[in-house]
Amino acid sequence: MPAPTNALGESPGASLFPSVARRGAEVGEQGRKGAGEKGISDLLPPRPPFSLSLLLSFLVAWVLWSATGCSRGPDADLTVLNGPDPGSLDPLLVSGIEELRAVLPLFEGLARPDPVTSQAIPALATRWDISADRRRYTFHLRTNAVWSTGGPITSADVLYSWRRVLEPTNACQYATLLDPVRGATDFLTGKTKDFASVAIRAPDAATFEVELEHPCAWFLDLCAFQTLSVVPRAAIERDGDRWVMMHPPFSGPYELESWRLNDRIRLRRNERHWDAANTPSRVVDLLAVSSPATALNLYLDHRIDVILDKPLIPAELLPEMAKRPDYHTFPMLGSYFVRLNVTRPALADPRVRRALALTVDKRRLVQRLASACEPADHIVPTATTNYLRGPGQTLDPEQARRLMTEAGFPGGKGFPKLVYLCDSSGGGGARLHERVTVELQAAWRQELGIEVEIRQVEKQVYLRAQRTLDYDLSRSSWIGDYNDPDTFLNLFTSVNGNNRTGWKDPRYDALLEAASREPDMARRAVLLRDAETMLVRDAVPVIPLWFEAGFTLHDPARVEGVHGNVLDLHPFNAMRRTAAGRR
Amino acid sequence: MYFLRRILFFVPLLLVISMLSFGLLRLAPGGPFDRERAPASAEIERQLRVRYHLDEPVPVQYVRWLGDALRGDLGLSLKYRNHSVADIILQGLPVSLALGLLGFGFAIGVGVPVGFFTAMRRGGWADWGGSFLVLVGICVPGFVVGPLLVMVFALELRWFPAALWGSPMQAVLPMVALGLYFAGRVARLMREGMAQTLRSDFIRTARAKGLGEPAILMRHAFRLAVMPVVSYSGPMLADLLTGSFVVESIFQIPGIGVFIVDSSRSRDYPLVIGLVLLYAVLLLVLNLAVDLAYGLLDPRVEHE
Amino acid sequence: MSEPAPALTPDQRAWLRFRRNRPAVVSAAFLLLMVVLALLVPAVSPHAADHGSDAQFAAPGASHWFGTDVHGRDLFTRVFAGARISLLVGAVGAGVSLAIGVAWGMVAGYVGGRADGAMMRAVDVLYSLPSIIFVIVLITTLEGPVRRAVTAVSPVLEPSARMLLLFAGLGAVSWLTMARIVRGQVLSLRTRPFVLASRALGAGHVRILVRHIFPNVLGIVIVYLTLTVPGVVLYESFLSYLGLGIQPPQASLGTLIAEGAAQINPVRVYWWLVACPGTLLALMLLALNLVGDGLREALDPRGEA
Repeated sequence: MPAPTNALGESPGASLFPSVARRGAEVGEQGRKGAGEKGISDLLPPRPPFSLSLLLSFLVAWVLWSATGCSRGPDADLTVLNGPDPGSLDPLLVSGIEELRAVLPLFEGLARPDPVTSQAIPALATRWDISADRRRYTFHLRTNAVWSTGGPITSADVLYSWRRVLEPTNACQYATLLDPVRGATDFLTGKTKDFASVAIRAPDAATFEVELEHPCAWFLDLCAFQTLSVVPRAAIERDGDRWVMMHPPFSGPYELESWRLNDRIRLRRNERHWDAANTPSRVVDLLAVSSPATALNLYLDHRIDVILDKPLIPAELLPEMAKRPDYHTFPMLGSYFVRLNVTRPALADPRVRRALALTVDKRRLVQRLASACEPADHIVPTATTNYLRGPGQTLDPEQARRLMTEAGFPGGKGFPKLVYLCDSSGGGGARLHERVTVELQAAWRQELGIEVEIRQVEKQVYLRAQRTLDYDLSRSSWIGDYNDPDTFLNLFTSVNGNNRTGWKDPRYDALLEAASREPDMARRAVLLRDAETMLVRDAVPVIPLWFEAGFTLHDPARVEGVHGNVLDLHPFNAMRRTAAGRR
Repeated sequence: MYFLRRILFFVPLLLVISMLSFGLLRLAPGGPFDRERAPASAEIERQLRVRYHLDEPVPVQYVRWLGDALRGDLGLSLKYRNHSVADIILQGLPVSLALGLLGFGFAIGVGVPVGFFTAMRRGGWADWGGSFLVLVGICVPGFVVGPLLVMVFALELRWFPAALWGSPMQAVLPMVALGLYFAGRVARLMREGMAQTLRSDFIRTARAKGLGEPAILMRHAFRLAVMPVVSYSGPMLADLLTGSFVVESIFQIPGIGVFIVDSSRSRDYPLVIGLVLLYAVLLLVLNLAVDLAYGLLDPRVEHE
Repeated sequence: MSEPAPALTPDQRAWLRFRRNRPAVVSAAFLLLMVVLALLVPAVSPHAADHGSDAQFAAPGASHWFGTDVHGRDLFTRVFAGARISLLVGAVGAGVSLAIGVAWGMVAGYVGGRADGAMMRAVDVLYSLPSIIFVIVLITTLEGPVRRAVTAVSPVLEPSARMLLLFAGLGAVSWLTMARIVRGQVLSLRTRPFVLASRALGAGHVRILVRHIFPNVLGIVIVYLTLTVPGVVLYESFLSYLGLGIQPPQASLGTLIAEGAAQINPVRVYWWLVACPGTLLALMLLALNLVGDGLREALDPRGEA
């Protein structure tokens, strides 16, 4: 019997059915037999064992505890709930937003994101020169930049760190971010083994030069991106995969003091950092919590100062939470959408795909399930810079029905059943994906007479199925890496591994290519607008549902320096408890 | 001799278990490196697999793993790529052990007396009430008990902290949430055992000998009646000590229970196999210990 | 008992004893009623179980007796539709545990020797492998083939493919303990005088197992079954939570409770979401336990008439 406590799975399953009385049954039997014949007293054990074992178990538990918990040391100056545990703190390996936020205080690149605007501001480089054709960047490193262990940080360190990202054997997921750099793609894909062909140079210890293939509107954002932050070569070469855990030199405003999975990451201020004087909190704890209810309990119990991660507020509570003064919401670069597999015969006809999009009442959906977010008729979030918005998807069930009739399925007759793939919400409990699906299923059935079956699967199964185009419809989301429409529109080019819809259009690829070469920002915005219109209004391999809203839960009277920004990055070196927040 | 043979049997058993857990999970669709963000190119993905030897045939991988494991190296986690499997287990295990023992203490401390007294008052109101509570303990899932405990005792009354691990007060609610179900099971077993014992001949013999009722109950009946509980202790402890997904997530406790579920879900092969072996060893050792305890407690039990 | 009691078959005596156990009879009636309601309510209710409305999170009232959920679906209908699935899941778990577990344990215990050793080692291995891993592999790898097979028989059945797999997964982990318990009992029974006697009289092995040994292990089997059912029902809700169980918009009592439990928070509680399915499940399990107790006492071969 699975323990109810257990049933939620815990224990390794065998646990499922611990054997009650498995031997008890046999022994009881023998006991009864034997006892009748002989006297009992001499057969029985000398002493009931229970008080003893009880005492013993409490005692041992006590000892273990002192070994596990109490060694933690003093409370932190700031406790932040950052989201689930990062997979890694190596800048090369991180990709999730909670990972990026945790790496941000440890390693610093040429630039870093401004806490308020998330725009790139000087960090290791104090200033940079940009050539007139906007293809050459020359960075001038600060002279007081040192590792947390004391040595100076030079342009050779920067060069090593960038090269590490491009090295094919390192298999960095974000390596393609460096595509704008001349020669980077060829080196990354192994076309050349000669790193000298990549246009990155360190002419002297304080200068770092990069040459781009085309002007790139977001190149400075890249220089502030965590993947390109500066890492210590000697420690990496010495300690291998676990180098981050072996107290290496850090380049950011904090050092990693300890990291215990499922518990917390403890950061300690890097006193040698050039900006240490403006880093108010000495010890920062990042708690790893994945259950929204637990997050909220801890916050209300004043165990944490700030909740950063959006999934950590139960979705049903959002309307209620929005009334609280400590609830802060802000637009961010994230889209929640449905992918349509256009290689499926039923979805090959754009009229069918358009009809599906025209019947989704996004306003109603958002109001019911994701009240803080903004209903989306486009894939590029409203808050994006360099962005010109064109016509998007609309709500028009009438026209949808006409399109279905044109496509040969009047009233949904003869249309095959579609399968909507989504992952189980896992750690959360908000079950958002499932709920969205249920609403969509009802709408399509009601408006178009189309049957959609929901198939909820494990996350890894879902990801694999999406990659191999083994689905009809699937829920999707994307968080922008830099503040430019390109980070969203680029997904759906024919070569992008994240396309995952089977939709390809050379005209779309050409529009994006032209935009990347276009030096004039206004004309570039028009090209991108045309591409987006083609994507969301005409071809419809995706149905955007909403743009994510970022949010933080913190009491401004108790914590300062927490700002909302479109990249949802919240540098801890800006945050501090106020006098009222100290306990 | 008997125990020596049992211990020797561990070796092939662990080998089979490791093989099964190694092979089985690789059958499941989805791999450790399927992420929201696809690897930049097929080549990069291939490099990634080469790096962790996932490109080799599974038997070769297994032999490689076994060789490393025999040298004491359980490998790196594929999800937490800066952590070794051994690190993760060594960090989480003491926590799960401590919490598990507390839960065990609670289960026995509550279950045995409740079972004992409901058996005494068999058929009466106390029996009804007690048995109902026991049933509630068994039927109400941990994911309901946990949040309720937190809401009442942490947020309303503020007697205990809402979550996290470290201070003695922080262990109270998890202990109750974890132990309640097992307390229910123990109470049921105890009540059954006691009821059967009281009906048996030797209690009548004891009464005939003129022993006082308390002496009969405590000295004689109890010792026999508690036997099913003793034999349940082994699997119960194995369950409790390997942590609990629900309790650990609700109270944010850094034990290993969460990893057992999460590592299988994220296809973190090395971590799964490490945890499975840990679980198997714990289960085997505890069952052996229970059998040993049996021999000590009850001389009539002979081991084959 | 003034008249000489007519010679009753053991079955008749058992039935008589069961009927005298008031709580057990009431519980059995309650369970029966639940089965009828679970079949009937979703069919006759004015609200379809998976039909949303604008009444999001409506409290229990005249039009929605148990309130509504996030999609405005009627909880009363959903609870009984969920009970249907939970009853099915419980029955399958109990059935597999009974069929495989009891047979496995009886054969191993009765035959003894090498065969016993081999059969029990197999149980040991499965037992030491966390079941969640086993279930994940079973469900995810077989989903495709089973779906194709089921669709080949009839496309209408396709949605039931997952349900079949879920049953297989739950069944696969629910018989191990039963096998162990039964085997232990049989080991001690097979040397009992009445077994030896009937063997001496020339009874076949099957007859001995079925007529003499089975009735004697039935008591512990029933007790254990009453413990297995709640376990299986709750384990199903865990699997659903991992994306391996019942597919939305369907729900079982377990998943309804799990969803309601996520609503227990200090800011605002939609209590009906957890209280209604929770109470129903608890009552059903309570009734099941009482019926189990009654059955065990009634079927005890050593019991009095």
